[in-house]
Amino acid sequence: MSKLRVPTVKEMIDNNERPEILFWVGCAGSFDDRAKKISKAIVKILNYCNIKFAILGPEESCTGDPAKRAGNEFAFMMQAIKNIELLKGYDIQKIVTGCPHCFNTLKNEYPELGADFEVVHHTQLINQLIREGRLLLKGGGKFDGKKITFHDPCYLGRANDVYEAPREVLEKLDAELVEMKKSKANGLCCGAGGAQMFKEAEKGNKEINIERTEQAMEVKPDYIATGCPFCNTMMTDGVKFFEKEEKIKVLDIAELIANAADL
Amino acid sequence: MISQLVFAFLLIVGFGFFSFNISKIRKNISLGKPLDRSDKKAQRIKTTLLVALGQKKMFQRLLPAFLHLFIYVAFLFTSTELIEIIADGLYGSHRFFLSKIGWVYTLLISTIEVLSVLAFVSTLYFLARRNLLQVPRFKMSEMNGWPKLDGNIILYLEIVLLICVFTMNGADEALFLQGKSHVAGSGSFGFLISSFTAPYFFNYFDIETLIILERIGWWGHILVVFGFLNYLPYSKHFHIVMAFPNTYYSNLNSKGGFNNLSSVKDEVVKMFDPNFDPYATPTDENQTVPDRFGAKDVEDLTWKSLMDAYTCTECGRCTSACPASQTGKLLSPRKIIMDTRDRLEEVGQNKRIHGQDYNDNKSLLGDYISEEEIWACTSCNACVQECPVSIDPLSIIIDLRRYLVMEESKVPSELAGMLTNIENNGAPWQFAQADRKNWVEE
Repeated sequence: MSKLRVPTVKEMIDNNERPEILFWVGCAGSFDDRAKKISKAIVKILNYCNIKFAILGPEESCTGDPAKRAGNEFAFMMQAIKNIELLKGYDIQKIVTGCPHCFNTLKNEYPELGADFEVVHHTQLINQLIREGRLLLKGGGKFDGKKITFHDPCYLGRANDVYEAPREVLEKLDAELVEMKKSKANGLCCGAGGAQMFKEAEKGNKEINIERTEQAMEVKPDYIATGCPFCNTMMTDGVKFFEKEEKIKVLDIAELIANAADL
Repeated sequence: MISQLVFAFLLIVGFGFFSFNISKIRKNISLGKPLDRSDKKAQRIKTTLLVALGQKKMFQRLLPAFLHLFIYVAFLFTSTELIEIIADGLYGSHRFFLSKIGWVYTLLISTIEVLSVLAFVSTLYFLARRNLLQVPRFKMSEMNGWPKLDGNIILYLEIVLLICVFTMNGADEALFLQGKSHVAGSGSFGFLISSFTAPYFFNYFDIETLIILERIGWWGHILVVFGFLNYLPYSKHFHIVMAFPNTYYSNLNSKGGFNNLSSVKDEVVKMFDPNFDPYATPTDENQTVPDRFGAKDVEDLTWKSLMDAYTCTECGRCTSACPASQTGKLLSPRKIIMDTRDRLEEVGQNKRIHGQDYNDNKSLLGDYISEEEIWACTSCNACVQECPVSIDPLSIIIDLRRYLVMEESKVPSELAGMLTNIENNGAPWQFAQADRKNWVEE
């Protein structure tokens, strides 16, 4: 495996270059051991397609999503205003995110505060690269004929009506794409949204991720595909709860594609 | 003549009292905070036609969708018949439009009759669904008492109304067959259902009884309509009116984008502005005391949230789709909306009786909705997606959270840690911002 090329915006500008697109890694993609692998898979795809991208690196900071969902508009606004100033300073025109929460906040909540850039989720970018023929898949590799079910992240699906891009990508794997009983607009949350990721669930009779994992297991998949690092954590924990981690793998779409393309 | 006067009196009282109640509700809704929804008129009209008139979102669940559609379409068509009833009532005429529009009239009444049969069957099924079948979302605690009774009253009234329609038309048909109807001549009206039922059910009665039955049907019909009209503002059935404005003014942007609080933005911008002098005397004459951050009571919510509250028909689709509710948490989005309406009614009543500034030392948050409920929400938008009349329970939940966190600093301890981390090191976890790129080399 060749070394990942991940320049920061600052490094690029120092070399008199400009990134075509900024890869917004997000907190999970930067710090969570599982999600770091997703970030690497996204980078492998970007490197393979020779996309001139950069990350903010030490200049990246939380978008403020969890603060806003937790009701702390002040903490959100501090983050938002600082981030927008930074992004404007670098004249960023387009951003791809590795997380639907960052995607949603940058795309829907920042413009009113002065931001002016295009934001796409990584599954949308991967789909576009495949469509344009820049990312060629020679069949599905090890996913050929396997059963894959896609868990819609709430902040990608219902929140932003992105349902088809991730599915179009998965169809390229020559796998059997099976839908859960509740999918797309009717999909059930993994339990992590609205800042729940960072707290214990309120008292109830079941964990939400267990309920969702059961729904996924009903279709007997080999893989549960996700597009969100938090959904990934929740579904992975759910699969472990049922001691099915040998049979069912939880992978991000970027990982599935990077793997199938042998990157 | 007397019956015409009685009718005119009932008409004026019926519509008068209804308008009076509507103006009360308008006033209550306008207690909310401003929100601009005056944009994208064409798209709003389209949404209203699809979602309210076209019942688009009802079709997520097919059986109730069709049954509801029968009742709804029957209602729409029967409303056209009301025009005739009002004309007959005021002029003392009988079947005012029969001679004027001929076969169109026969077609119209036949359609109403067929729809009424369908609506009758649907209503019976809905009664069974509420009272006999074990539909979990009709058994939840917020449905105890008045909401359950309310649901049944509406269905019983519908049954009475439909029986009146068929009694009126059936008896009139039997009379007409014998040349005794108020319509000149004799024969059959040719209405699809009553021309079929009259010989079976109404031929056994003598003329006088038939005349009385026809009048009972006619007066019963219009009395139930006036009663229904004035029952609406006290009932979940008000959705038949509110569904239209509520879908018109619904949020057309991506559901994931929450509103930004401009008051908070102004504060933060000042904080970052090196030239801002916090000790300077405010120069802006319009500067007022900033609003409360978030919502503690109904008046802190936007008018759209208050309109949502009056639109809810307590169907519970939101709650049955809610991940928190499905896993036994205390949260039920339907209860959030019902609580908002009940509290708003209380606040409105207080203001009318005790004056604008009356404070009853109660609030939506605390006395109606608990902290445990609002912290159970995952902000997944399933409730918003599900609602057939474009109600948004999530924005109320978030506004309540904002008040708790920003005004009372009440936040679950793990979230307090998360928020501190974001403020200190720009991530919800305790990792240094300088290490943001380390994953590349690992």
